[in-house]
Amino acid sequence: MTEAVRPEVQGARDTLPIAIGIIPFGLVAGAAAVEAGYGLSGAVGFSVIVFAGASQLAAIDLLSGGSAIAVAVLTAWLINLRMVMYSAALAPWLGHESTRRRGAAAYVLTDQAFALSITHYDKGAPLEDRLRYYLGVAVPLWLNWQATTILGALVGTKIPDEIPLDFAIPLCFLVLLVPTIKDRPTVVAAAVGGVGAVFVAEAGLADAAIVLGALAGIAAGAFADWRLSPEDP
Amino acid sequence: MTETGRLWLTIVLAGAGTFVARISFLGVAHRIADPPIALQRILRMIPPAALAALVLPAFVRPGGHFDLTQPRVVAGVIATAVAFWTKNVLVTLAVGMAVLIVLDQL
Repeated sequence: MTEAVRPEVQGARDTLPIAIGIIPFGLVAGAAAVEAGYGLSGAVGFSVIVFAGASQLAAIDLLSGGSAIAVAVLTAWLINLRMVMYSAALAPWLGHESTRRRGAAAYVLTDQAFALSITHYDKGAPLEDRLRYYLGVAVPLWLNWQATTILGALVGTKIPDEIPLDFAIPLCFLVLLVPTIKDRPTVVAAAVGGVGAVFVAEAGLADAAIVLGALAGIAAGAFADWRLSPEDP
Repeated sequence: MTETGRLWLTIVLAGAGTFVARISFLGVAHRIADPPIALQRILRMIPPAALAALVLPAFVRPGGHFDLTQPRVVAGVIATAVAFWTKNVLVTLAVGMAVLIVLDQL
């Protein structure tokens, strides 16, 4: 007899390759804080309290360059505004959990935890398994982020410039993107979301590109869905 | 304000705002456990739209400006084919990185 894999174990397994792809990013986040003069405590402060890589790097860059606190903070908020979309997408799946548990889930919410969990839930996950799978994905990612931040702060990145490790992050998102494209409306959402983000960035609003591009994609995809099946659920 | 003060005020404010974004809908999730169809149509589009918005700019404007003549375009196209074919993170990472490294040497 084979025993079913526990949902948190399944989540951790699904996370492993993605966690490997994030290692260089965590090293850079730690090293950047130290190079800016904020030390190990600043590096860990960012990674524990903000826990969102792109916004950490942007805030460190702005603050150490002499920008006002308000500029650094608003930029970080803008970059992380996409979390609102992830929170909305996950909410119906986790609505049965207590407020406290949903609060804990929110703290460890990342691009990767959102994408892996939504794809997993779409395949049909019982109520009691959902949060366990999510935490199985999100908690190892959190630990990985803290460990690589500390390592990066202590020893630097030690990665030769010839190896373009920053490319690993979009490649991971690419694999997460594939199973979300299931029909014509989701093709429209992805196409408009991607092209929209490029246009917004080219227009000079790079920090807002992800959220504005994605909003355009969501609107276009939902409209296509309604046109193709006005009555269907 | 000292640089240490600037640092920690930034960290705390950035972190607070980020948590507000994360908790926004999860905080009231008990009220939308069974969303109406119109809302479901919208929620279903979030994953493809958001992930594509993360991916495409990294392929076509890596240096901060639109450029279709740099190697990440080709590496991205090949990686996309591999991702659709294998649906495997490690294989896609390996092929995408390898193509980019080789093209960077040319």
